[in-house]
Amino acid sequence: MSITAIKERRAANRASNEDDPALAKSKVAKFFGRLALVIVILITLFPIYWMFRTAFSNNRAMFSEPLSLLPVDFTWGPLKRVLGLATTQEALAEGGSGASINFAQYMLNSILACTLITVLQVTFSAMAAYAFALLNWKGRDKVFSIFLIALMVPGIFTLLPNFILVKDLGLLNSIVGIALPSMFMTPFAIFFLRQFFLGINRSIIEAAVIDGANQWRIFRGIVVPLAWPQIITLAILQFIQYWNDYLWPFLVGQTEQSKLLTVGLGIFKSQTPQGNPDWAGLMAGALVAAVPIFILMLVFGRKIVGSIQSSGVK
Amino acid sequence: MAITERRATRPRSAPPKPPVKKGNRDSQLTAAVLFLIPASIGFIVFFASPALRGLYLSFTKYNLLRPPTFIGFDNYVAIATDPVFWNSLKVTLEYVVLNVGVQTIAALGLAVLMQRFTRSMIVRGVIMLPYLIANVIVALVWFWLCDYNLGIINAALDSFGIGKVGFFGNADIAMGTIAMVNVWRHLGYTALLLFAGLQAIPKDVYEAAEVDGAGEWRVFRSVTLPLLRPVLAFVLVVTVVGSFQIFDTIAVTTKGGPVDATRAINYYIYQRAFERLDFGYASALAVILMIILAGVALLQNKLLRANESDLER
Repeated sequence: MSITAIKERRAANRASNEDDPALAKSKVAKFFGRLALVIVILITLFPIYWMFRTAFSNNRAMFSEPLSLLPVDFTWGPLKRVLGLATTQEALAEGGSGASINFAQYMLNSILACTLITVLQVTFSAMAAYAFALLNWKGRDKVFSIFLIALMVPGIFTLLPNFILVKDLGLLNSIVGIALPSMFMTPFAIFFLRQFFLGINRSIIEAAVIDGANQWRIFRGIVVPLAWPQIITLAILQFIQYWNDYLWPFLVGQTEQSKLLTVGLGIFKSQTPQGNPDWAGLMAGALVAAVPIFILMLVFGRKIVGSIQSSGVK
Repeated sequence: MAITERRATRPRSAPPKPPVKKGNRDSQLTAAVLFLIPASIGFIVFFASPALRGLYLSFTKYNLLRPPTFIGFDNYVAIATDPVFWNSLKVTLEYVVLNVGVQTIAALGLAVLMQRFTRSMIVRGVIMLPYLIANVIVALVWFWLCDYNLGIINAALDSFGIGKVGFFGNADIAMGTIAMVNVWRHLGYTALLLFAGLQAIPKDVYEAAEVDGAGEWRVFRSVTLPLLRPVLAFVLVVTVVGSFQIFDTIAVTTKGGPVDATRAINYYIYQRAFERLDFGYASALAVILMIILAGVALLQNKLLRANESDLER
């Protein structure tokens, strides 16, 4: 987008904002209202900043300056430590535990598991949504409502039997075992995509039927391209959700080759000595786990905010 | 399999149904079956049959090593007299009330602030950021902020001459601390849902109120709040149901302690199943949790008449 286009859009936004009767007019109200917003934003960002500040501090030096707003004795040590790049001596010198932790490996595991889940789940859910939104068959709406019931079941209820099932299949401690229960579908994804498929102009599809296209070609060639922005949004949302998931991957992935970032972080925390915990290392691990989310938010922020906003009112 | 999945889509009173054409009704059945194969495998194998199996296991004694033995209602009878269960229910309720109460009021305030003072996408993105960070990370960051010896909050309290507080270590306030940590995580998300609801209220309603000379508070109470009710009801159902399933934060910070102060129901189920290998008992607890949640959702929908809007369209 060119700069003039951006300027024009800003000007248009401003004009429409001034017409918006919901926006406050009085200067005093504006001042206090914005002040309150600034306070909320500071409270929101401070803990995140503190994670950065601690992750770049020397764990040994931090004890003397708990109130310092900047990293204490700035160092890359904690990050190296959790990524398995520091020697035991280096780690101990900066107040690390010296235990071997490899968040680079967990990062790889997380990327593998979440990509596997997201790609398959979104594909299969889109196919199901197509059948529920755009195909005519007897019992369609009944079957759909049965699928929706699964939305109501609390996670822990199916988690226990699913754990037994994955254990019986011999898939404990594997990426596939972590992905298995969620990679076929989730009611949320089907519901989400069905909404968009319902809005697709049927005359396009009917024209394709007359041209003799089969259902798969209509799905691949027309419906998926038309709903592509929504499919991407869903994929981002689901990726973030599985990236952040904890209990299931904790139960199923305990080896180095199957531990996800959240699980590695939880275990790191429980292994850190009670007396002098490696806070810098812990925060560096948290940072490694959170940075991909920050990047997604920077790139797709507008999409993510938009989709969450619309989930409540539509 | 997110255990604390709070994101949900609002159920409508009458979901829009795609038009059904008579005549070629069954002609597309074959295609539908093919399109539904993968999703159906997922539904049957990982939702429906585990649900039935869970229900069955709740009537058995099962330790994973030997096959389950049927014991009728024994688990439920034992739960009825299990003080740990009743305590877990109590602390869970405590958490839900604190978390949802504070969060809803604060989010409503924040939504109104946004509605009145900004349309910035950046502000929206920033306040939503905590919601996208993993529970585990959020819990660890706050555990560090609240650390008794070195955490910034206690260091600040100390330097102001106020005594230090054992936010996670004091049994009286540990659950409150956890509730507030999750308020921090969910505030922006909840506010954004409510903000969208505010945006959906037609502008002329405000103009009319302004013409009538209604003051700010009056407008909020008599116009905004009633019109926001359907969205508010949806948000409450989602947050209460999500809150009841609190697990991650407890698992990485207090582990149910000090004593029993933060052993919420979901954490107790986890301990019964995976620490004591008592899968039958844990399944019965999960059935009870599910019944409670279904009851909560129904009750809230009734009380808040969720699906009717005060706005006549």
